[in-house]
Amino acid sequence: MSAGADLGERLRSGDLTAAPAVLNLVENRSAPARAQAQELLAALSPAALGHEPDAHVVGLTGPPGVGKSSLLSRLVSDWRARGRTVAVLAVDPSSRRSGGSLLGDRARIEVDPTDRGVYIRSTAVGERLGGLAPATRAAASALAVAFDIVVIETVGVGQSETEVADVADTVVVVVQPGSGDVLQFLKSGIMEIPDVLVVTKADLGRPALRALADLRSALRSLGERETAVMAVSSVSPTSGIAELVDALDAHRGGLDLPNRRLRARRLHALADFAAEHGERGLRALGGRRAAERWLEEQDPGLDVAALERALANRAATTP
Amino acid sequence: MQLMSDTPPPRLPERDRPWMMRTYAGHSDARRSNELYRSNLAKGQTGLSVAFDLPTQTGYDPDHELARGEVGKVGVSVADLGDMRTLFEQIPLGEMNTSMTINATAAWLLALYIVAAEEQGVAQEQLQGTTQNDILKEYLSRGTYAFPPGPSMRLIADTIAYTVEHVPKWNPINICSYHLQEAGATPVQEIAYAMSNAIAVLDAVSARVEQDRMGAVFGRISFFVNAGVRFIEEHAKVRAMAALWDEIGLERYAVQDERHRRFRYGVQVNSLGLTEAQPENNAYRIALESLAVTLGRNARARALQLPAWNEALGLPRPWDQQWSLRLQQVLAYETDLLDYPDIFEGSKVMEGLVAELLAGAREEMARVQELGGAVDAVDYMKAALVESHRERINRIESGDLVVVGVNRYRETEPSPLTSDADGGILVVDPAVEAERRAALEEWRGTRDQAAVDAALAELARVARDEAENIMPATIAAARAGVSTGEWSQTLREEFGSYRAPTGVGEAASVSGADLAELRDQVESLSETLGRRLKLLVGKPGLDGHSNGAEQIAVRARDVGMDVVYQGIRLTPKEIATSAAQEGVHVVGLSILSGSHAELIPSVIEALGEAGVGDVPVIVGGIIPDADAARLRQAGVAAVYTPKDFDLGQIMRDIVELVTERQRASAGVRA
Repeated sequence: MSAGADLGERLRSGDLTAAPAVLNLVENRSAPARAQAQELLAALSPAALGHEPDAHVVGLTGPPGVGKSSLLSRLVSDWRARGRTVAVLAVDPSSRRSGGSLLGDRARIEVDPTDRGVYIRSTAVGERLGGLAPATRAAASALAVAFDIVVIETVGVGQSETEVADVADTVVVVVQPGSGDVLQFLKSGIMEIPDVLVVTKADLGRPALRALADLRSALRSLGERETAVMAVSSVSPTSGIAELVDALDAHRGGLDLPNRRLRARRLHALADFAAEHGERGLRALGGRRAAERWLEEQDPGLDVAALERALANRAATTP
Repeated sequence: MQLMSDTPPPRLPERDRPWMMRTYAGHSDARRSNELYRSNLAKGQTGLSVAFDLPTQTGYDPDHELARGEVGKVGVSVADLGDMRTLFEQIPLGEMNTSMTINATAAWLLALYIVAAEEQGVAQEQLQGTTQNDILKEYLSRGTYAFPPGPSMRLIADTIAYTVEHVPKWNPINICSYHLQEAGATPVQEIAYAMSNAIAVLDAVSARVEQDRMGAVFGRISFFVNAGVRFIEEHAKVRAMAALWDEIGLERYAVQDERHRRFRYGVQVNSLGLTEAQPENNAYRIALESLAVTLGRNARARALQLPAWNEALGLPRPWDQQWSLRLQQVLAYETDLLDYPDIFEGSKVMEGLVAELLAGAREEMARVQELGGAVDAVDYMKAALVESHRERINRIESGDLVVVGVNRYRETEPSPLTSDADGGILVVDPAVEAERRAALEEWRGTRDQAAVDAALAELARVARDEAENIMPATIAAARAGVSTGEWSQTLREEFGSYRAPTGVGEAASVSGADLAELRDQVESLSETLGRRLKLLVGKPGLDGHSNGAEQIAVRARDVGMDVVYQGIRLTPKEIATSAAQEGVHVVGLSILSGSHAELIPSVIEALGEAGVGDVPVIVGGIIPDADAARLRQAGVAAVYTPKDFDLGQIMRDIVELVTERQRASAGVRA
């Protein structure tokens, strides 16, 4: 069996220890590794599985310094207490000058190192501005087969939560009291409306309540009633964590999952295509929007690799 | 001939008394350290300075997992009242002046000291000495914190409020600028961050004492300052600190009594500048640095402790410490230093330097205040220090900053000082750790467990009630036979745990031709590997001296590697789990506490268990040659010591190492 198919088999049988090798593979940009990665994803596609992967894919994003990692530490322990396994894909920015990066999130997420039910991988976003690392989409859909929860954590607001929304079942935007820019971004439509908005540092009291009220009234003025807005404190004594986990479950419960995942696969294929063929490739498809519309007409059973091949074919044959 | 009437007499009517002379000492257990203290006092040392081991400093018992390899290494292990009793046997505490380098667990060690003195028949009102008790610099530099900032500041405020009333001659805190310089601080940063830190402490105490006691509180705050080899500027620094302190006392806290506003400080001279290469030169550096804090009478240190010439090699032996003590004695008793009033008064150069430092420090203090004060500005200050330290290393690499024997004048005869069988350092008996575990078990067996449980329950209750002072319950716990680890664990449960910022994320990146070439090499190796070269930098054990690890992490990023850096105090298992989950190509470990012989093999073993035994491991630290050879045998790919100041070379080595491994494994597959 090929390495990709073998890893796929391990994930299908629930072998969580396959996770590091899966990430090493999907991050690898060499031609042989990419072929293996396609085999892996094909083996884990809904067509091959007969259903959508069961995991809840949660996107967690927000400006730097608002307490995402502390919140994530508490979320992970709550999920573990409920008996769920968790994979965290932490995406950090890269240095534009050197291409290198300092992957600091791991330092801030507290977990028991002996707990095999938790997997954390830090990835640098690479040469792109904001958004997701190229391997993160593939990693999320692969790990969703074996883990109960897959978290994609990114930094920033305005760009990154849009890309996270392409991949995640539920998008959580984390803000701290007094972050007026998020409020402005929401109102002006620079950022998309998240599924759940979390205000951290609830222990501060009044400023946190004020932030809650501001966000709620902004959402009301936009006619948005679905988004849950809640306050949490990640420092001892913690508060709001269990409520947040319940709210995430509730959102997931109310989702049209097959449709959301189908859209994610199509956008994943488009992202991979754009990474490979660049602006010229997108122009050949008539632009990003046209490409998205065309993808919507394709067979829902196609996996990411097949969709990407179809896009490449279309780009090559369109005059 | 008669002197002009407006010229002050050039000599003091009476020669000054010398400063207090101490040596930072202690290792293994209380019995061995007690012997060392008594022999140091017999040699003319006038005060004691207790070095505790890392488990004691971070609040773990000798039998805790994190204590492995660290027990009795960098100081004495004190786990309970019995140890404190033994530590000061035959040393009359009513007459002694004892400095304890203890921070996160200062309240606890002070309580043990108070009870040990009480058993000698000495009331707490008579005790003299100091607890370092400065937590912010632990977050910034030294790493031996135990609790989050809020509760830590409360413990400090409680010890100050308690001692001002009940142990009036005690200096409950030493605001440390020392460790800031060790972490790379410029003189301006050293002044500004120390003063900002003092303000944060005073504000915290102000909320816990009657306002009419603030003058007395202010008068009990002392400082612990560094002295580097640029000794003229360093002297200006202490003068600037004295001026600022007076100003803060008067303006911010309305302290009316001029004596309360006096800047009182002790000194340990610089360790950062001590070199492993040609270590005998350090003796000169130490002497010159001593001048920085003794020359001018108006800003002279109250207490001085000197490092030993061989600190960059390992732990000093009693003889090495004696050599440093003799330097103090020559300076105080043979020279005419103490005959004169302040010799810099009226010096234009000195005044100019002080004015320059004051202006810079005021500006930087204003920035810290804008960020909400020192507690909230920890991230900012940490990043600024990492940045300054990086700058310093760059200047050494480029040769702009001359370090004799390191980047210039490297030719040397073989040193007879390091050719002894012991390599010129003290090695702690590895049997100490087991002895300490057994001793603690015996202690637990003989005490009244019900009394211990009650004392811990009371401690937990007081910890929850922020209005109450932690000291009485802590003293009661000491009396009941509670252990260091039990006291700390009880508070950890109430206060929560904490990881300090690493400061590396914000550090600016460097540029240079050398870098461009390295970036190309990293890029091309990454292409071959299929993904970017990924390095894990880990600090196993309790050693919190993270400056070296941080500099490696920042430089690795700057040459294009993806770097996973998790900060300090990691178990071998945590490091191995991270290495496996992150899929790194190299693991770099840093240990300065001398526990490499135990910890590095444990990490290698854990890597094997985690299924990544083939990932090469490199090690940096204060590692004697013989140990380095043993580590290589145990599978370590490369060992770096302080003489390897060229970070660029270390980066090239990493690229080469991974390239070789890559070729070897490609060969196997082919």
